[in-house]
Amino acid sequence: MSLDALISLCVSGIVVGSVYAMTAIGFVVIYKTTRVINFAQGELMMVGAYICLFLTVDYKLPFWAAFLMTGIVCALLGYVIERVVLRRVIGDPIVSVIMITLGLGIVLKAIVGAIFGVDVRVLPTPIPDGAVSIGGTPVSYHYLFSMAFSVLAMCAFAAFFRWSRLGLAMRATSSDQQAAMAMGVNVGQIFALSWAIACVVSAVGGMLIATINGVNLGVSAFGLKVFPVVILGGLDSIVGAAVGGVLIGVLENVADGVFKSVFDLDGFRDVAAFVVLVLVLMIRPYGLFGQHDIERI
Amino acid sequence: MSSGEFITSHAQAIRLFPTKLTRFRIALAAAFVLVFPFVASGYQLGLANLIFINVIAALGLNVITGFTGQISIGHGAFLGVGAYTSAYLVSVLGVPFFAAIVIAGLFTALVGSFFGVPSVRLKGLYLAIATLAAQFILEFVFRSWTSVTGGSNGMSAGSASAFGHELSGDTAFYWILLPIAALSLLFVRNLARTATGRALMAVRDHDLAAEIMGINLFRSKLIAFAIGSFLAGVAGALWGQYVGYVTPEQFTLGLSISLLVMIIVGGLGSALGCVLGAVFVTLLPEALSEGAALFVADPAAVAGTLAFLREGLFGALIIFVLVAEPAGLAARWQRIKTYWNVYPFAR
Repeated sequence: MSLDALISLCVSGIVVGSVYAMTAIGFVVIYKTTRVINFAQGELMMVGAYICLFLTVDYKLPFWAAFLMTGIVCALLGYVIERVVLRRVIGDPIVSVIMITLGLGIVLKAIVGAIFGVDVRVLPTPIPDGAVSIGGTPVSYHYLFSMAFSVLAMCAFAAFFRWSRLGLAMRATSSDQQAAMAMGVNVGQIFALSWAIACVVSAVGGMLIATINGVNLGVSAFGLKVFPVVILGGLDSIVGAAVGGVLIGVLENVADGVFKSVFDLDGFRDVAAFVVLVLVLMIRPYGLFGQHDIERI
Repeated sequence: MSSGEFITSHAQAIRLFPTKLTRFRIALAAAFVLVFPFVASGYQLGLANLIFINVIAALGLNVITGFTGQISIGHGAFLGVGAYTSAYLVSVLGVPFFAAIVIAGLFTALVGSFFGVPSVRLKGLYLAIATLAAQFILEFVFRSWTSVTGGSNGMSAGSASAFGHELSGDTAFYWILLPIAALSLLFVRNLARTATGRALMAVRDHDLAAEIMGINLFRSKLIAFAIGSFLAGVAGALWGQYVGYVTPEQFTLGLSISLLVMIIVGGLGSALGCVLGAVFVTLLPEALSEGAALFVADPAAVAGTLAFLREGLFGALIIFVLVAEPAGLAARWQRIKTYWNVYPFAR
């Protein structure tokens, strides 16, 4: 494989990886505060992408307004999901909670499918077509935009958790629920808020994917990639999610390219990340940045 | 009406079918499944066969998840291992049908144990994610190992024959699947009464306490994965032989999810629950299609939407059951029985 091909694989890997990172942050926020493993992350991305599509195409909203509106609608959606469904299964066995989120994913996918059908649709964006050359490799504006936007969004979230009062309350809840309650944090509200944030973050991830690939039900498949990402980064680390996302993005792209050119084998992309996952679980189950106090026997 | 059980010896306490009423119900169920093929249509027979296969697979998953508390999201892929193994054995190597089923089960047990090894170190959600990885890795193997599995085109399962007869058609397979499913049911029901089975449950309830009582955790978890995936392998092999053709599309994450739904809707750790869950999950799509046909004048015109609605109802049902009856149908059945046992005094 030529060096040019390798570089371009890395570039697209970084772009996809930054979207993985966004989604993984949503996953980690939910896990940290409520200890729920959310298997519906990909479906939340897909819902975000479709709402944005609906607002721009059917309501003729300008792209940025639609972007903003989608964020608001998804925040509400996350809030409702937590209040109506997840609130009722707090303290249930882990397998039940996993099944609830799986069921949620099925429902969301079915609703979107029933309304919009299965065709791939193009999300109209104000981003011009074309590419700039970075170090001799052409990088399209769409790629640049989604990378820049996800970096920006991640910085915004980091600032939110670091400096805002609510962010502080969320961190307090995740480190010790009872102590947080004793200090007057409304833990129930924090649970709902973390779902709202996760929904917004995944919706943004979904919209970014949509600006590159178009919108179809397949967007939800990206959600499964959060597992390798968060395991590599460390389940309870937001920094880990960001770094892990980019690493997995690059790694699966390069591995896919290598398998295609060396072994003439298609479709390794989707497995590469999971092979990494198994290796990480065997060698370093707490990931790169996670806390070491993982339960072990 | 049974109004109480008076147990005076250990042998009585661990009886498989404790009361006359239980024995009566079992006899009734046996009579039903024996008469069924003579009165049912071919379509109904096909559904019954699917239910039997699902019962076997769900029983396997229940040993892993219900008895031992180890979550497996890769069970569907284990079925695939069994199906491909038996298809290869029968169609390429010409191994007899029943031998192929057993070998497929054993091979799947080996593969399942391999993926169960991480369970020694990993608990709960980490294991869930590890088995999810197993699902995708196995699916990739099914798709890419073209020389053996035929890639995404799939492979023929070969023609099954036993006792000098060629096996094909719903009726023949009914009489093969029924005894195997009944045996599996009896086996899992009995497993709960043995020291091994109780060790598995001790591991589920409190691993540390179990270890202090002298239970070897590694051994117990491995046994659970071996038994569970053996049953999965047998179920997959039977499915492959029954359908006659094996493709990767049969063994996706969706299958793993519906198996999990079966044991959760039925009731975790309950053998009866597996049967109820398998019946429920297999018949639900049929019932939903029938129901939809009542409301829509021209079902063909809105087939796409209907498929999605069916899917959505399935998902909504998972959520509803878990929220409303977390212990599953088996627990509901127990409650109904208790209600009538103590009738005027129950609430």
